Amino acid sequence: MALLQISEPGQTPDPHQRRIAVGIDLGTTHSLVAAVRHGVAECLPDAQGRLLLPSVVRYLGGGGRQIGEAAREQQAADPENTIVSAKRFMGRRLADIADRERLPYQFVDQPGMVGLATREGVKTPVEVSAEILASLRQRAEDSFDADLFGAVITVPAYFDDAQRQATKDAAELAGLKLLRLISEPTAAAVAYGLDHGSEGLYAVYDLGGGTFDISLLRLHQGVFEVVATGGDAALGGDDIDQAVAAWSLAQAEVPAQTAGDKRAALVASRAAKEALSSDAQTRWQAVIGGRERSVELTRVQLEALARPLVDRTLAAVRRVLRDARVQRSEVQGVVMVGGATRMPLVRQLVSELFGREVLTNVNPDEVVALGAAIQANALAGNSRDGELLLLDVIALSLGLETMGGLVERVIERNTTIPVAKAQDFTTFKDGQTAMAIHVVQGERELVADCRSLARFELRGIPPMAAGAARIRVTFQVDADGLLSVAARELGSGVEASVVVKPSYGLGDEQIARMLQEGFSHAESDIAARALREARVEAERMQLATRAALQADGGLLGEGERNEIEALLQASAQAAAGSDAEAIDAAVKALAGGTEAFAALRMNQGIRQALAGRRLDEV
Amino acid sequence: MKLDDDDFTLFGLPRRFAVDRAELDRRWRDLQQRVHPDRFAAEGSAAQRVAMQWAVRVNEAYQRLKDPLRRGAYLCELAGAPIQAESNTAMPAAFLMQQMQWREALDDASGTAPVEALQAQVHDAERRLLAELGALLDDRQDAAAAAEAVRALMFVRRFGDDIERRLEQFEAS
Repeated sequence: MALLQISEPGQTPDPHQRRIAVGIDLGTTHSLVAAVRHGVAECLPDAQGRLLLPSVVRYLGGGGRQIGEAAREQQAADPENTIVSAKRFMGRRLADIADRERLPYQFVDQPGMVGLATREGVKTPVEVSAEILASLRQRAEDSFDADLFGAVITVPAYFDDAQRQATKDAAELAGLKLLRLISEPTAAAVAYGLDHGSEGLYAVYDLGGGTFDISLLRLHQGVFEVVATGGDAALGGDDIDQAVAAWSLAQAEVPAQTAGDKRAALVASRAAKEALSSDAQTRWQAVIGGRERSVELTRVQLEALARPLVDRTLAAVRRVLRDARVQRSEVQGVVMVGGATRMPLVRQLVSELFGREVLTNVNPDEVVALGAAIQANALAGNSRDGELLLLDVIALSLGLETMGGLVERVIERNTTIPVAKAQDFTTFKDGQTAMAIHVVQGERELVADCRSLARFELRGIPPMAAGAARIRVTFQVDADGLLSVAARELGSGVEASVVVKPSYGLGDEQIARMLQEGFSHAESDIAARALREARVEAERMQLATRAALQADGGLLGEGERNEIEALLQASAQAAAGSDAEAIDAAVKALAGGTEAFAALRMNQGIRQALAGRRLDEV
Repeated sequence: MKLDDDDFTLFGLPRRFAVDRAELDRRWRDLQQRVHPDRFAAEGSAAQRVAMQWAVRVNEAYQRLKDPLRRGAYLCELAGAPIQAESNTAMPAAFLMQQMQWREALDDASGTAPVEALQAQVHDAERRLLAELGALLDDRQDAAAAAEAVRALMFVRRFGDDIERRLEQFEAS
């Protein structure tokens, strides 16, 4: 269908038909929203003209919120209720947060994901992120004075399944239709590559506030293929701030005891670090313990503090080059992304490693959101250059626990997604009727060193001798990088299967409850919103189906075509009414009734590709 | 075109070991342009599911075809000589002897340089075996002998992985 919606060259689609799709960079320190307008991707400003929304949410009590700059200004005054860098806690448990002692929050250890106690009760990082997303969504809707068709949200390439699932949950909570999760470095490569008409092998070095990613991509006629990716989901510019704060407090010979002190020290450290990107020396100044403290800080000292962290990024770069089996000299350009790459030390060391000057002619703050917007526009079917295609990989291997606490890898890291792989297992004991399946993610040999994603049991295996049962476990990773696992007993013809979502994801019930409790975006009636969304979805399905019939109706017999026409009519009728559930049911029936048609169209598409016809010739 | 067509048919390539890598890559990109779920993001879940199935199938075939070892094993299977790596571990004595010498050399290596020298040797051996495998499959059509070459290559590849791990350890320390 995407093909059919491409307009004639030189013709812009009817603005009323155009779908508003945005790209969102949900960052650790700040977030942005961008969209393609008049054929060009641009970041959308707020009412005051600011592009960057600090990723800070302050809970005021009584349901009030401050989001962005207003919240950031209050972070030292009200640290417990002002959540900064929530992205670092997405999909994490308390034990995962190594530096929790140094952070000014009251963490709550809860199953699945850590919580943060505020004056409005315990908030999950998902809820905090949803506030930021809802704020950006509002900004976009105000900019276009229209509802959004959907959004592409970026995540660090190195985010594991739990972190991706948490991001997806946050989007749902914010009332955004998620078109796709894409990796930040891939988004940066899209924005950069399309701008510069680049071809060949490129590296994207992305050092953000809280995460580090390094990706190698092959750019070829609009196809962005991730060759290998690596990094560290808990390493970023914030860690440099922490190092500076610890050093400065030691110099000033004062401990930071209160949450406010800790926050003030971090704020001062960040300011000093940023000043030292252009100056050789500066003063670190903060009010600690009620008194103004001041410490002299030079760039040389900052670089000594930052060096071990930068070295860790360089080790990850070397590992990715090895994974991809490419020489440094084959890399044609190194794109720098993320605010922390403004540090001269980072630029210098990365340039030295690759033996070439790094590319800094893109705005490191905006490039990720711009790339996401370009992809969102293409996914919404607005794009005229229909050749843009991202082929991403999973950054971390997926496997199962086997006897002795060892990991059996099922899908290796750097495998292109979507991917599915099955592995057969058998029973260990005579008469065994159940099997525990433990899904893990990571590169280490021992289960204890990997991240546990999900556990479930396959029951109802018919009793057999040990080793006689054949249990096939299938891993599937979709285009968002999200995993689902199914297990089934094959040996006897008796089948039992179960599909799990990793335990970090919020359950549908939890999401429904959070939506009920209300967000800053949802002061409007939830029922009215549901109806509107159902109608949009119905319209989307009808348009898509009509276009498909117009293009490939010849693939159908008369009876099949009439059935689809009837379903179309039924869904149009339902959409004219005001029963959201009836609309959903009609849309579902339409989707089910066109599945066979969709398969026929896909087959035709494949045959054309095999016949060697290029897209531009069709 | 069906999901269960063999990899070569799916990619429209001749069923042989020698593969033009640039052509393989081009066909992979072309196929993904057609079937990737992103191409159908504006459509309903039905198309998404079908697209996902095809995209998974195309990636599976690509992974198998682009790796000479897996491609060789696949051709053996298609020709009726499955590899059976778990049950069939009988290898020629000379080959096993060589393996033992390599293992000892790796255990004794105390620095990066000797390990890298060993790595070069192993890469040479792998290249030779791959050339032999190609001749067995494409010229002599001897699938049984080819399956044995594949089993030998699996040993060599596993040892190559151990070398990589050792090099990583040196780098980390």
